[in-house]
Amino acid sequence: MSVLGSEEHPLKVAVVGSGPSGFYAAEALVRSGHTVRIDMFERLPAPFGLVRHGVAPDHPKLKEPIRVYDGIARNPQFRFFGNVTVGRDVTVDALRAAYHAVVFCSGAETDRRLGIPGEDLPGSHTATEFVGWYNGHPDYRDRSFDLGQEVAVIIGQGNVAIDVCRILAKTVDELKHTDIAEHALDALAESRIREIHLVGRRGPAQAKFTNKEFRELGELADCDPVVDPADLTLGPESLAELNERSGTVAKRNMEILQGFVARPSRACGRRVFLRFLLSPVELKGGGRLESVVFERNRLEGPAGQQAARGTGERLELPCGLLFRSIGYKGIAMPGLPFDAKQGVFPTRDGRILDDGGAVIPGLYASGWIKRGPTGIIGTNRADSVATVNALLADLPQLDTGPKPGADALSGLLAAGNRRVVSYADWLVIDQAEVDRGVAKGKPRAKFTRVEEMLGLLPVTTP
Amino acid sequence: MTTVVTANCQKCRFTDCVTVCPVACFHGDDEMLYIDNNVCIDCGACVPVCPVHAIFEEADLPEDMQMWVAINAERAPGLPSVTEKEDPLPGAEARKAELGY
Repeated sequence: MSVLGSEEHPLKVAVVGSGPSGFYAAEALVRSGHTVRIDMFERLPAPFGLVRHGVAPDHPKLKEPIRVYDGIARNPQFRFFGNVTVGRDVTVDALRAAYHAVVFCSGAETDRRLGIPGEDLPGSHTATEFVGWYNGHPDYRDRSFDLGQEVAVIIGQGNVAIDVCRILAKTVDELKHTDIAEHALDALAESRIREIHLVGRRGPAQAKFTNKEFRELGELADCDPVVDPADLTLGPESLAELNERSGTVAKRNMEILQGFVARPSRACGRRVFLRFLLSPVELKGGGRLESVVFERNRLEGPAGQQAARGTGERLELPCGLLFRSIGYKGIAMPGLPFDAKQGVFPTRDGRILDDGGAVIPGLYASGWIKRGPTGIIGTNRADSVATVNALLADLPQLDTGPKPGADALSGLLAAGNRRVVSYADWLVIDQAEVDRGVAKGKPRAKFTRVEEMLGLLPVTTP
Repeated sequence: MTTVVTANCQKCRFTDCVTVCPVACFHGDDEMLYIDNNVCIDCGACVPVCPVHAIFEEADLPEDMQMWVAINAERAPGLPSVTEKEDPLPGAEARKAELGY
């Protein structure tokens, strides 16, 4: 038998998930110098994960990595298997039998909970639902949000929180030429939201916003940011944090906040209140959300490690709509170990570990399911290169017998008349979205139902 | 808006930036790297990973470094693309220390 990864004996790898970490893993494999066959599995007919369904519609530049992914997908060593759910349609064991290695890049698909009374009242939602809804994710297509409310509260101050805030704050004119889902645009056109509170448990010097996203809140057509100047008086520990080299982003955020305070307010239809040092302790309402009770926090601890501690002081804010955006967790995969606390697969250097902490040969992970929901699109490139380097270092130890790849899965894939979506099929769907966007002045008008997408494709011939 | 590599990259060329670029917009000569602003999506992923803080988003670029916008725009497109981590230039660690990082 010739060497694994040679032309006579290609390395066959399954990649599970088609977001940034999946495509960068595929790219690293293609560039490895080995002869590889990469089969990527995606549960939706549409590839690209959070670049399609997470990045805000009004940030089109951040979707340009899709061009890079498209280039990878057109590599003859790569195949796409869309509309296939690993763990359901194809088991992990079936993949292990069919491939030399499997790289899981399934992301962090669910939200952390607040863990407070009233969290599940109607009117209280996850940011994931709302983001998926406005981005046309089929799972969230039919969610509804009561935009007839006047006050919305967003718990969390990361970039997802700020995306949710901006979509609520923008006018329809600011959104209608983006690829926002049509159903969302229609609903937002009727929005009566006037106040949006963006709430963090720590102070302004600890907010996780990136400068650019934060600045944007001051550049909206019909919405002004509001900051309580008292919140900008920092303690000595926070001042020390800003003066650290690592404090550059926070320092600029403080300057942006001071700019918000200094600017004259306009007669706007909407206002965003940037609120700090508040933790929600209860959501109240008779049958639906009517108010949120916060406890005021103070910061405790040395510079760089300050934590929010409750002061006992409470305040209640009437609100009818709430989104939590306090972190994300991956979802367990049948047949794989799972670290439920962190919401990730247990790994060491990208290798998946069993419950005893030993490496499971041939199983790897990259992206948010490996390291948790940190970093931005490009962070996943370095992460996937690291995982693929571990995989390549393991080549001598992998089960080096010939592997059938997806040919062995055809029976499973054909079960239940499942229409497997190839990359060529996706390009048909993609073109149809772009075409129907033209008349609306949108870069694309997304299909938001799986059946709609599959309906564009010829019935598979056996 | 664009993102630019500035003078601190000279004599260092650590290339950590290229590992996190989602769109492969870095190009390089023997001295340093440059960003092709026609390709860069201004995501900012490269900014915090530079060991010598050579990369700035334009909005944060100090006044006395403004010329780097034009230098990056002129030089990047004609130079080879750099997409994988390379060894830093000899003396890069000393240069880093000299710069105070």
